[in-house]
Amino acid sequence: MFPFLDEFRARLDGQVESVTHPNGTEVYVQLRGADLQGAVSTLKNDYSGRVVTIFAEDRRAAENCFLIHCVMDFPGYPEFLILSSRVAAEDPHFRSLSAEFPALNWQEREMQDWFGIKLDGHPNPRRVALHDNWPAVNPLRKDFSVDTILPPFEGERHIYRPAVGEGVFQVPVGPVHAGIIEPGHFSFAVAGEPILYLQLRMFYTHKGTEKLFEGLPIPKAVFLAESISGDSSFSHGTAFCQAVERACEIEVPTLALRMRCVLLEMERIYNHIADVGAIATDVGFVIANSHAGRLRERMLAINEQMTGNRLLRGMVCIGGVRRKWHASQATLWSKSIREIEAEFRLLVSLIHSSDSTRDRLETTGFLSPDKAQDLGIVGVGGRASGIARDVRRDHPYAAYSQFEIKVPCYEAGDVWHRMQVRIDEVYESVRIILEALGDENHGEINSPLRELPAGRCALAAVEGWRGEIIHWIRTGPNNSLERCKIKDPSLNNWPAVVEAVQGNIIADFPVINKSFNLSYSGTDR
Amino acid sequence: MFKILGQSFRNGVVTNPYPAVPAGLSENFRGRPAFDFKRWHDARPAASVCPTGAISIQDSASTRRVEVDYGLCVFCGLCADVSTDGAVRITQDFELAAFERRDLITVANYELNSDGSHERMTSVALGSVRSDAVEHVGQKLRDKLRSLLGRSLAIREVDAGSCNGCEIEITALNNSIHDIERFGIHFVASPRHADMLLVTGPVTRNMELALKKTYDATPDPKLVVAVGTCGISGGIFGRNYASLGGVDQVVPVDVFIPGCPPRPEALLHGILAAVGRADVKTWSNYDD
Repeated sequence: MFPFLDEFRARLDGQVESVTHPNGTEVYVQLRGADLQGAVSTLKNDYSGRVVTIFAEDRRAAENCFLIHCVMDFPGYPEFLILSSRVAAEDPHFRSLSAEFPALNWQEREMQDWFGIKLDGHPNPRRVALHDNWPAVNPLRKDFSVDTILPPFEGERHIYRPAVGEGVFQVPVGPVHAGIIEPGHFSFAVAGEPILYLQLRMFYTHKGTEKLFEGLPIPKAVFLAESISGDSSFSHGTAFCQAVERACEIEVPTLALRMRCVLLEMERIYNHIADVGAIATDVGFVIANSHAGRLRERMLAINEQMTGNRLLRGMVCIGGVRRKWHASQATLWSKSIREIEAEFRLLVSLIHSSDSTRDRLETTGFLSPDKAQDLGIVGVGGRASGIARDVRRDHPYAAYSQFEIKVPCYEAGDVWHRMQVRIDEVYESVRIILEALGDENHGEINSPLRELPAGRCALAAVEGWRGEIIHWIRTGPNNSLERCKIKDPSLNNWPAVVEAVQGNIIADFPVINKSFNLSYSGTDR
Repeated sequence: MFKILGQSFRNGVVTNPYPAVPAGLSENFRGRPAFDFKRWHDARPAASVCPTGAISIQDSASTRRVEVDYGLCVFCGLCADVSTDGAVRITQDFELAAFERRDLITVANYELNSDGSHERMTSVALGSVRSDAVEHVGQKLRDKLRSLLGRSLAIREVDAGSCNGCEIEITALNNSIHDIERFGIHFVASPRHADMLLVTGPVTRNMELALKKTYDATPDPKLVVAVGTCGISGGIFGRNYASLGGVDQVVPVDVFIPGCPPRPEALLHGILAAVGRADVKTWSNYDD
C-alpha cells in the first residue's frame, strides 16, 4: 500500500477519521471534516497524486449525509486511493476543486445537477448534465424515483457566451449532425476561417443510466453496462464485472481472464482501424477508408465467431465469460488476425506515402502536453500529448500482468500523432492477442453465481480503446446495487477537443474531432 | 497513385451479395430466440433471467399468460441457456423487421399447474390480428411510394439517444462489404434531402424536440424506420425520467428493425422492406 499514508495522516492533523482497505486494490480514507480540497491538494503537490474522478453518493438513509468520493492514483502504485468526505444532508454544499483541478469541472457540476450539492467557488457553476430547461430535480437522490415523468420539454434556453466583433460569427452545429454520428451541440465562434473558441453542449443522450443501475439485479446490470457506449461494450461490461467481482471476492478462472484480454484487444483493434480510416476520409483520402472498412468487417466477423455478437456483447458475465473456445478456433483466429495485421500495414504505408494527407494532419489540432496534463486527458489523446498512461500497465487487471505492455507516447499532440498512437497500438494489441490465444485453453471459464454480499464497495479500471474507464459500485441487499458510478474517458477528454480546435480552420474541425473520437453516449450516460 | 490502384486491384470485389444470396453468418451468431410454445412447460426461468423483460408472465388463479416481445429482446441468449427442456433455442434468424409494433409480440396462454409450471397451451397468437384488408392497404401504400421514389432512396440518420452500437452497424452499410449504394440508397446530410429517417433510440428527453424538428423538416412522403431494440421500445433503458422509450412515442414509425444492434444485413432487409423491395416475415411461432 502507500508508504506515505502515515505521514499524510499526521500532516492533516486529526482530519483523517479512518483508513481501510477492504480489498487489495483500494485504500479508503474517510475524512472527518469536509475539507476535501486541502487533502487532495496536498496529495497532488507533495506526493504527485493524480485526481482520477470525483463523484457523490446519497447516504442520507444510512449515514444522514451525502458522501463525496475523490479517487486518486500515484505513479508506481497499482492501488487507488479514495478520499471520502461527508456533506450535510440539509442544504448540502462543498468547496469546489475545479479551480485547481480543471479536469473536475464537468464532474463536479454533474454532482450539483444530480444530487443538488452546491459548489462553493466553482468558476462556472452552471448546469451541465441536466439541460437548462429541466425542472429543479435531482435525479440521483434516493427519494427521486427513476420512472418519474417530468413535465414536457419547453424549448431551449441555454445561453452561449456571445461572440462579438467585426467579422466575428457564431456557427451553431447540431445536435443532429450531417454524418452518422451521435448528437451534441457545438457553437463555434469564428473570425473568418479560424475558430476563436468552441462551446460544447453535451448530455443530449442522457438516459438515466447511473440511476437505472440502482434498480437492476446485478447479473442483468451487466447488459446495461454493455449499453453505456456501444463501441466499448466489452470494456464497460468488463469494468462493471470486475468491480462486482472485487467487491464480492469472486474468483475468476485464469482462462476467463486471458479470454477477456483477447476480447478487450479485439475491441481496441476494430475501433482503431475504423478511426484511422475515418481520419483519412476527413481529409479526403477516401480510398484508405474503404480498406479500413473492409478490415474492420473482418474483425467484426471474428468478434461474432468469438462471442456470437459483432460488438462482443453478451460474452462477459459476473465471474468470467459465457462461451468457451476450442483450440482449433483459436488457431484459425490467430491466422486471420495475422493476415489482417499484414493488410493493415499496407493501409498504413498507403496513408504514410500520401503527402497531402500528412500535410493536412501534421500540426493540426495541437494539444500541448501542459494543457493535456492540466485537463487530465486520458487514453489516445493523452498519449499523443506526452502522457504515457495506460491502465493495463499502471493498474493491471484481467491477465495483463502476464503480458509486456508497451505504451506508445508522443509529444507532438496533433492529429497525425493521435493517428500514430492508434497505429502503434494496433500492432501491440495483435501481439497480445496472439500471445494470449496461443496459450493452453483448459479449465473453467466462469465461477458459479451465488448470493452477493451487501454493503461492499469496489472500484474497477479498464483501459478501453479510448482510455481509462472507471466503474465504482456499492452493493445493496438481494443482489442489487446501491450506487454505480461510471466514468467514460470521453468525459475527461471533451475539454481537450475545445483546446485543440482553437486557431484551426472550421473545415478541420471534423478531423480534429475524429482524432479524439469521443463517445457522446459514454459522456452523457 | 500506382500503389493505390495496385492495392485495390489485388483486393478485387469484396461486396457481400446479400440479399441475392443468404448472408454468410458465423455458426455462433445469436439471432432470434425461437419458442416452442406447445412444448414449453415453464416460462419462469427464462422470464427471470431476461435482462429487458422481453419474456414476461402474468398469472391468475389457474391460467398463465406468457408474452414474448422481439422489440425488447437484446438477443443475449440467456433464455435458451436456462431452458432445460429445449423449448427455447437460439436461431440464426435476423430478418425480423415488422410494419407494426404489435407484430413483434407473441402471446401464449396456458393452464397453470399447482407447482407453478404450466401444462396445456390454450392459445397462442401474434399481438396483432392481421386482416387481409389492412395488409392490402399497407401494400398499396408501399407500391405507391415505390412508384414515387423509383429505385432511389435518400436516408437521414438520426441518433435520438442511442449507445452508438446501432450507429456502428449503420455506418457499416456504407463500407465496401455491405455497400448500400448498390441499391440506389444513400445517406444524406440533411432531413430536407431525405425520403426516410432512420432513427435509433431510446428517444431521450433531451432529443425529443430535435427529433420532432427533424421529422417536420423532412418533406412528404416520408418514412420512419425505428432501429434496434432501444429504438423500438426503449430496450434496457425503457421509459424513465430521462428517456421516453421507443421512437413511436414521438413520431409515427413505418418499420421496426429489432436487434441489439441489428446487423447490417438486418438493417438492409428492413430498409428494403420499407419501400416494398423485400418481404417481411411473420414469426408466428406456430411452426417452431
